[in-house]
Amino acid sequence: MSDQTRRIDIDVPVLSRVEGEGALEVHAAGGRITDLKLRIFEPPRMFERFLEGRGYHEVADAVARICGICPVAYQMSAVQALESIFGVEPGDWVRAMRRVFYCGEWIQSHALHIHLLALPDFFGYDSALAMAADYPGEVRRGMRLQALGNELMALFGARAVHPVGARVGGFHHAPKAADVADLRGRLEAAIPEAEALARWAAGFDLPDNGQEFPCLALRNGADYPMNRGRIAASTGLDVPVAEFADHVTEEQVPHSTAFHARLDGEPYLVGPLARLNINADVLPAATRALLADTGPALPSTNPFHSLLARALEIHAALVEAVRLLGDYRVPERPYAEVAPRAGTGYGATEAPRGVLWHRYETDDAGRVTAARIVPPTAQNQARMEEDLRLSLEARGLDAPDDELRFLGERVIRNYDPCISCATHFLDLTVHRR
Amino acid sequence: MGKAGDEAKPRVAVHKFSSCDGCQLAFLDLGEDLVRLAELVDFVHFAEAGPVDPEAETDIAFVEGSISTPGEAERIKRIRANTRYLVPIGACATSGGIQALRNLHDGKQWLADVYPSPEYVESLATSTGIADNVTVDYQLWGCPVNGRQVLAAVRALLWGVDPVPERDKVCMECKRAGHVCVLVSRGQPCLGPVTVTGCGALCPAFGRDCYGCYGPAENPNPDALGRRFEGLGLMREDVARRFHFIHSHREPLHGAGLRWGGGGGRGP
Repeated sequence: MSDQTRRIDIDVPVLSRVEGEGALEVHAAGGRITDLKLRIFEPPRMFERFLEGRGYHEVADAVARICGICPVAYQMSAVQALESIFGVEPGDWVRAMRRVFYCGEWIQSHALHIHLLALPDFFGYDSALAMAADYPGEVRRGMRLQALGNELMALFGARAVHPVGARVGGFHHAPKAADVADLRGRLEAAIPEAEALARWAAGFDLPDNGQEFPCLALRNGADYPMNRGRIAASTGLDVPVAEFADHVTEEQVPHSTAFHARLDGEPYLVGPLARLNINADVLPAATRALLADTGPALPSTNPFHSLLARALEIHAALVEAVRLLGDYRVPERPYAEVAPRAGTGYGATEAPRGVLWHRYETDDAGRVTAARIVPPTAQNQARMEEDLRLSLEARGLDAPDDELRFLGERVIRNYDPCISCATHFLDLTVHRR
Repeated sequence: MGKAGDEAKPRVAVHKFSSCDGCQLAFLDLGEDLVRLAELVDFVHFAEAGPVDPEAETDIAFVEGSISTPGEAERIKRIRANTRYLVPIGACATSGGIQALRNLHDGKQWLADVYPSPEYVESLATSTGIADNVTVDYQLWGCPVNGRQVLAAVRALLWGVDPVPERDKVCMECKRAGHVCVLVSRGQPCLGPVTVTGCGALCPAFGRDCYGCYGPAENPNPDALGRRFEGLGLMREDVARRFHFIHSHREPLHGAGLRWGGGGGRGP
């Protein structure tokens, strides 16, 4: 660095309302950013390593522990990959109920992110509880939606965090028809609440920094993707799940424990806005009608539309769960029999935060011999850095440090990064020249 | 949340170490009760919910997650020094969690297996519970802990009485609830006979075997249960993996798993 560099160190207290320890280092010259690093420190827990040697029936309970907010996503990608190895056909009932189970997680995770993590940024509070005093109706509505999502997960999994109902082949247990009918009625009653949430969110004053970025999501052309689809991207990519790793490369960078993923060499977006950009035509009709009223115009190039995309997905998940539970019956057996065999299998599902891809190899007894997991937040990290660069430059690097830091935090939170990290320090260091 | 300088209310922190964030959800999923709780206590640090003051003096510090990096080993000492009650919550904080499986192997080698450039990553070879590092006052077991447990603990401490730890085995709760025994009737390798209550016997209620996510009960006999599992047709290595899963680093499960051949054959 030249001696004209004015270096400012700002110790920001813990970056709140995200999961993750971030540090942001910015080098600027002549009003332009020359180098930017978003540091993410996730103490490695080495799941891929300790899955080796585990029986196939243990994997769902193990991988749930990767994330307390989206355990269903990990379970669904894992059982799908293992079923593809063993040639298991779980059948229509299991497929429909897995979608319902997943709807629960989307509702819970999106409602939690919107209300507890993101909204305070939009209204200038430091927490949802502080906000609840002035917006009691809105915050409580969010908590009610979150609770409904949790109940739906518990219906199939006995509890919402690390649910115990999922297994290779289907479910351990089918809920009673009376319990399903009761919850379905309450889900249906919540659809207007989700609609009101989306209409409210559509009115927020958003930073608009139109950006060009490729989007990647599952697509099957028949329904909004959760458990089924090929890997599709706005670049025209359309490949089977097994070929994901041919197009997405992961690299380890010195400043982060999360691998950086790139799509054919470029940063790209996964998650609610990417799904909406790629799959709006297969939303449930009621959600499509709502989208026509609320926007955004698609494809959206404003990452801050992610919050509205989450609200629309809550609505879609409620509509889907109500539809799929409409003719619920208790099956003779809630799972298909499994006969393990050796092989390699792939699974990809849409976690609340985006595509979650798993690859497993098993031996004859169905024990895992190799595992690879690509979570959505690792895929979004390069895109987050690019967004930070564009957003900070658009704001102007002569802005006060506090303002740049707040904008940086807001940009990061908008991606709903799900990084189980030790601490949450965002140290913004701006080197100006 | 709490207002600065609100001296009348107990000051509470929720800290995170190496974990999945699932135990913090015991608070964040409380809904209306979370709003009420925030009226009773002053949340001075709870990063995921908003308030940030990691060095604050507190009456109760709840800690989620295990100690798995050099930085965490230092940070927990400061938290201990700054709080009256230190309460680890969940499997990671109480016994190192599922990621403590690396303690049975060569943790440094594992890091090299997962990361092409392990030198970029700060990590300890082991993952350990909070009580292995500093003195703790109470512990809440479970993977994850639930809202009932955290509210009961807060409520007890607010009244100035000790929270009462669970000691019973899952079998007791299972029988009280009237579930059919999955070990006897279906031949499943259920860990209920050695696992502590607190979950609500959820797995047997769903017709499946308990996998021990709440950790060992009082006076368990894992070896007798292991022999029973062998009688069901499990190989010794399968029995070892039953004991070495969510609470592999905690006795007597740790030792039992080693006796049944787990942990790459490394002795205790």
